[in-house]
Amino acid sequence: MSKKTLTFLLMDAPFEQARVTTAFRLIEDALEKGHDVNVFTYEGGVSLSFTEQKPHPNAVHGRSVVEEEHPLPKDWIAFIQEKAKEKGCNFNWINCGLCLDERGVNDAIAGCERGGPADFLVWAKNSTSTLVIGTK
Amino acid sequence: MAKYFLIESRSPFDSTEVTHNYQLASDLANAGHEVTLFLVENGVFVTRSQASVHSFNNLEKVALLVDDFSLRERGIELSEVRSEIKPANLGLVVDAMAEGQKVMWL
Repeated sequence: MSKKTLTFLLMDAPFEQARVTTAFRLIEDALEKGHDVNVFTYEGGVSLSFTEQKPHPNAVHGRSVVEEEHPLPKDWIAFIQEKAKEKGCNFNWINCGLCLDERGVNDAIAGCERGGPADFLVWAKNSTSTLVIGTK
Repeated sequence: MAKYFLIESRSPFDSTEVTHNYQLASDLANAGHEVTLFLVENGVFVTRSQASVHSFNNLEKVALLVDDFSLRERGIELSEVRSEIKPANLGLVVDAMAEGQKVMWL
């Protein structure tokens, strides 16, 4: 299948819903297939790229930080960014600016930009398909 | 006639809203559209032969797919899944998007 541009809108906050994991699986698959991908995050989803996320040990189960191997969404995003480079795909990530301000999570990892719903509208208009993964 | 690719990630045992989503899939199919319902995450629980959900039995005209990864995560064997539901890879969602189908996460 020829290269297409696919846009995703993510609304779920990190560490809460399986939908985030599924969304990352979809995005990685799209890049693996050579498609260009746009991701717009809204509401809680803007925290996915927050740099201050930290792994932690699990005292209840007696596991260290290394043993716990706590997955962090910001690291998944960085992995996806690298995958996009490897595959020669455009990969854009924009966080809703007002949502960032509300939550105090402006410090996003490199490559994740600040924007607004108008950016999402432009992407949706220019994409083959747009998938909104909303909160439930 | 349009092609709809619907994604359901919730179980009808969690939310009655899911019943309405099944109805939407059924209505679209009965209106002549080509409809696929892709079940993922807790949405896969309804695929077990032992599950009894009346609203899920009205989807004869809908192509039913279940995410094989979500089944494995939940310890559900393929032998437990109803025969009319086909195990599939999540990548089919991406393929449907790239094809320009109307893809909606319900």
